[in-house]
Amino acid sequence: MAKQATRVTVNGKSHARLVEARLTLADFLRHELGLTGTHLGCEHGVCGACTVLVDGRSARSCLMFAVQANGCDVTTVEGLTPDGGLSLLQQAFMDHHGLQCGFCTPGMLVTLTELLRDNPDPSEQEVRQALTGNLCRCTGYAGIVAAALDTARRLSNGSGA
Amino acid sequence: MKPAPFDYHAPRQLKEAAELLATLPNAKILAGGQSLVPMMNFRYIMVDHLVDLGRVHDLRGIAVADGRLRIGAMMTQRDLELSPEIARQCPLLAEALRHVGHRQTRNRGTIGGSLAHADPAAELPAVCAAYDAVVHLASVRGMRAVPFRDFTTGYMATALTPDEMIAAIELPIWRLGHGYGFHEFARRQGDFALAGAAALLDIGAGGVVRRSALALFGVGERPLRVDAAEATLTGKAIDHVAIETAAAAAWLVEPISDIHAGGDYRRHLAQVLSGRALADAARRAGVEV
Repeated sequence: MAKQATRVTVNGKSHARLVEARLTLADFLRHELGLTGTHLGCEHGVCGACTVLVDGRSARSCLMFAVQANGCDVTTVEGLTPDGGLSLLQQAFMDHHGLQCGFCTPGMLVTLTELLRDNPDPSEQEVRQALTGNLCRCTGYAGIVAAALDTARRLSNGSGA
Repeated sequence: MKPAPFDYHAPRQLKEAAELLATLPNAKILAGGQSLVPMMNFRYIMVDHLVDLGRVHDLRGIAVADGRLRIGAMMTQRDLELSPEIARQCPLLAEALRHVGHRQTRNRGTIGGSLAHADPAAELPAVCAAYDAVVHLASVRGMRAVPFRDFTTGYMATALTPDEMIAAIELPIWRLGHGYGFHEFARRQGDFALAGAAALLDIGAGGVVRRSALALFGVGERPLRVDAAEATLTGKAIDHVAIETAAAAAWLVEPISDIHAGGDYRRHLAQVLSGRALADAARRAGVEV
């Protein structure tokens, strides 16, 4: 099994590597690029911890191979964070106790970033619907939902993105 | 790394993909990967070659011609969810998509992949059963069209031969103003359904049903059309009693029992959900029931 070339743009930076075809995008991000913000929980597409944006759309990086992402633009949780601070959503997670052990947090942040981009004023129901693919085993959903709704409020008040 | 080693191929042309499938030993098609890759990660499936159809442009697109909606097999579930054409022409499909997995899986999962996987509790095969879809298969031998009734052959089994791929799905478009309903019961949003029902009703003057379709999923080894229900509805005026009578025909199914639900409970769900799907369809066709 010869290694295959893949070139993936991650958080704005292009990376070319020779990899085994069976290397998942999640392992590529963590092991090849050292971007360990993306977490791996179940590794079979149930828990959502490994969610990243691929060409702007959320995807489970444990269910994609790095070779499939050849030519794609990937955003990980590291890419959501502005230089020298937290994003509005990340700050809201802190303010509302939206993370306990923190394991699910990267996937939660990526999923909610996509939701708020496409629907800046979601209802609580829409937030909960968006989060059905992300499991928090601390069961801290109340804080996570509150953080998402607070971010939406702040976005609509025009206090920056 | 979870999956066993394999070689990866990313053809750009349909012809090239067909040639790879015809010549490579122990090859499998990668569509959206939302069912296949978990099975590979568990090593339930070990392949020597993976043929990724993600870059084959000919397998994409949505087109309407001659009263039929044609969907390229590699269109993602999210593409279909956002398509105004589908919302207008085949609203039952749009309704069903809201129940398919989660946004992260709909962003990658494809309609062709869902049909080829043929999970008996999946939504999209049930929609194809209700519409009497035609599945277009491509191989080095050319194209062939298979009616959906003949496409699913058993539990997670289809008429696809190892060298074939789904190229497109054609759904006959029902008359504008027809009604549709889709109900399922799952333990959690995004889970496979314990049971579900998809209904289509074309209602004419005086509330008389001109045409009807009722498909059940999660209750058998493949999606089922309830011919007996359709026979009681078609040609008669629709009302509450007619819907109850039709839904009762779902009682004839003999569902499987497993750790998620017993057969009796699934049969109960099939009947209740059939009634709700038909009632939604009647209301959407403009008849209060």
